[in-house]
Amino acid sequence: MTCKEFLALLDDLIDGTVSPELRTELQAHLGRCGHCEVIYNTTRKTIEIYRSHEIYDLPTGLRERLHSAIMARCKKGC
Amino acid sequence: MSTIQSTAGELEPHPDVALVERVRGGDVSAYDALVRKYERQVFRIAQHITQNREDAEDVTQDAFLKAYEKLDQFQGNSKFYTWLVRIAVNESLMRLRKRRTGRMVSIDEDVETEEGSVPRDLADWAPDPEQNYNQAELAEILRKTIQGLPPGFRIVFVLRDVEGLSTEETAETLGLSVPAVKSRLLRARLQLRERLSRYFRRKKGPKETKLGETGMEK
Repeated sequence: MTCKEFLALLDDLIDGTVSPELRTELQAHLGRCGHCEVIYNTTRKTIEIYRSHEIYDLPTGLRERLHSAIMARCKKGC
Repeated sequence: MSTIQSTAGELEPHPDVALVERVRGGDVSAYDALVRKYERQVFRIAQHITQNREDAEDVTQDAFLKAYEKLDQFQGNSKFYTWLVRIAVNESLMRLRKRRTGRMVSIDEDVETEEGSVPRDLADWAPDPEQNYNQAELAEILRKTIQGLPPGFRIVFVLRDVEGLSTEETAETLGLSVPAVKSRLLRARLQLRERLSRYFRRKKGPKETKLGETGMEK
């Protein structure tokens, strides 16, 4: 397997949507290619960081604003 | 988010379905529960698309109001969350168009860029690289980095990787084909990785190598 072939399947490997046979091939490539190993690990880390950090705080008072807007709408007829 | 299969093999309804039924029966407090459950996600999506805090607040309100008004149209065979996300995405795009800034943002055109599709920065990252920054610095790095992505890549990454929609749900929500979502997701992930490498690579270590200068196989 070449690096190009590995990269084409990178997402499938990360998302766990490869067959066991293909996974073994991809893991074998990782075992002998330091560059692809870095790309694989750092791409996974990229996703994990974005998943685990709240980068936009919820504005204070938004929930109350939503509640008031829905109640006001409700008065017109729920 | 998904339905849970019981031991009897029957599909149990998602808890949201019960809440939606209560709202339909006139219990507004059940809608408050749905708002509390999904307000963060809706606000984040709106912020990622509009890139403007006030717009994102307005969109969040409009999306929840619209979902409330259209609740009768919600089909129980799709998830309330993905239905709500679709409304939030549409409201966000409408808000952008209303702004008439001249900078049209389209998520359904393919993005003409090869940037990041071939990894160039092959430096390894520090272990737990986020530990090198405080919370505010890290949030700023992550915001700046994702804001630099083309809009069509950014929204695919956000829906798929941050908000947890499946590839199929992301495609349906954005009106894209599954292969288009897959292609954008890969490029979004690689571009973000490349850009984050500037901040997260090991400070001291082996000399950085670039693709093309090394023996990386083509």
